[in-house]
Amino acid sequence: MNHHNGQPNAFQSVSSPDYLPPNQLRALQLQRLQAIVRRAYEHQDLFRSRLEERGLTPDCIQDISDIAKLPFMVKTDLRDTYPFGLFASPMDEIVRLHASSGTTGKPIVVAYDQHDLDVWSNVMQRTFAACSVHPGDIVQNAFGYGLFTGGLGAHYGAETLGATVIPISGGNTERQIMVMKDFGVTAVCCTPSYFVHVIERARELGVDLKSLPLRVGIFGAEPWTSQMRQHIEDEAGIKAYDIYGLSEIIGPGVASECDAQNGLHVFEDNFLPEIIDPTTGTPLPDGEEGELVLTTLNKFAMPMIRYRTRDITNIIAEPCSCGRTVRRIRRISRRSDDMFIIRGVNVFPSQIEAAILAIEGTLPHYQIILTREGGLDQIEVQVEITPEVFSDTISAMEELQRKLANSIEHTVGLRVKLHLVPQQTIERSMGKAKRVIDRRQLAE
Amino acid sequence: MKIHQLSVFLENKPGQLVGPCRKLAEAGISITTLSLADTEQFGILRLIVKDWEKAKQVLKDAGFVVNVTEMVAIEVPDRPGGLAEVLDIAEQGGINIEYMYAFTDKLGDKGVLVFRFDDPDKAIHVLGAANFNIIERVDLFNRLGIIS
Repeated sequence: MNHHNGQPNAFQSVSSPDYLPPNQLRALQLQRLQAIVRRAYEHQDLFRSRLEERGLTPDCIQDISDIAKLPFMVKTDLRDTYPFGLFASPMDEIVRLHASSGTTGKPIVVAYDQHDLDVWSNVMQRTFAACSVHPGDIVQNAFGYGLFTGGLGAHYGAETLGATVIPISGGNTERQIMVMKDFGVTAVCCTPSYFVHVIERARELGVDLKSLPLRVGIFGAEPWTSQMRQHIEDEAGIKAYDIYGLSEIIGPGVASECDAQNGLHVFEDNFLPEIIDPTTGTPLPDGEEGELVLTTLNKFAMPMIRYRTRDITNIIAEPCSCGRTVRRIRRISRRSDDMFIIRGVNVFPSQIEAAILAIEGTLPHYQIILTREGGLDQIEVQVEITPEVFSDTISAMEELQRKLANSIEHTVGLRVKLHLVPQQTIERSMGKAKRVIDRRQLAE
Repeated sequence: MKIHQLSVFLENKPGQLVGPCRKLAEAGISITTLSLADTEQFGILRLIVKDWEKAKQVLKDAGFVVNVTEMVAIEVPDRPGGLAEVLDIAEQGGINIEYMYAFTDKLGDKGVLVFRFDDPDKAIHVLGAANFNIIERVDLFNRLGIIS
């Protein structure tokens, strides 16, 4: 069906910056870093005042490692300067605005000039190429279109590559499945948790995803586990790729897996990755785990210098079997702000997910609810019953409940209240799954 | 030889039982008998209906988690000791009873016991050998006055 399969070199030009010799890449990064620091210094009041406080000027960047002298930017900087305070271009050069969904208070706003949109299309095109999408593929883009960067980011990337895009956006799962089947879709983009929902719904509708031409899934916008990937690949008969990005930096297109599915290549000609100790802020060497910090090297309307992503990973500097020379980051399965602290213990939702998967084999919908009773924090995990684990005997169901609670206790070191609930009890999200409900503040 | 029973997972809170019952009523399905088992948190509704395949589909479509269990229905004389005789044989044969419930036979003076055995095939063999009357599915509904 796909006549490009035999000619991998046809895409070499698309992805050529991914194969730059390391010394050329470092030279390009330094040149771009110097320019972007100067631009931010000249046009972002917040950045300039922070440099002045430290007695620094843009001339302090003589080597890439000099970046460690610069202050960090954090999410609250975007809220504090809401809406346009970090724009480094006049409005007559800005051609697009996006905003985050803003779960707490004001959203954050990001801006692009035409150059930035071209960079974005380029990195998303390279993302699709890395995920083995070619011209001739039919791409169902189920990322939300609108203020969220996922939809339009993926859209222009796939179009630039020359694939056929179906701009279906998120939601209406039955229509998604109908289109997938009737249009002969070969690649789908959405959040992994939404695709698990698609798998579930397709099964109920009697549609066998494995019998469809669908062969590639491009999943991002939330952390997911390798067990969840296995579940998706097995149930849908596809190869599931992890992609990474965030609105503050550009949207999707910061990093992508390749066929090796062993870490995500950062598009380093445009984004400079660092790993820091999240507590002290000290840069860590390649290979060590810490918080990912990103600097936009080639974005004019809203440069972000040393932005703390809150995502926990490490840099893989070793060469990849795919031949790309840009460094990789390990799959992000947790965020430092998804993390919650309960009775002094740091807990990541991904740990609870892995504990549930260890018992059930497939991933049910689950939710973590934090409450405070009599001054003591309580953690409740609600797990939806699936036909695979449901039994007519109370003893078998109590055994399941016990096993799940023990598995979680074993993984996170905390006794949880485990609550089995009927299907469809936990609210479905079309975008990022809401795994943790913290009611502790409300209870006080 | 075996009777199909549907089980539905419910949360143990007010108003949960009415959902599946209403769905079956809307589909014109009559519940022959039911039992309810519960813990503090959840309940399992067990149903015997004549058209179990249709009932299963109706409940599944309504979003319930349903499973099907094979039950064994045994005729016993409706007199003191009727149940004890069955239990004795079962125990001697090494068959475990997960749970059971009883019907009264509308057409005669017999009782009908519906058992969930851990191993229904072995139970049929042991109880059949002891000359207990294992009731066929069609016969069960006839006895209960449910017209085919």
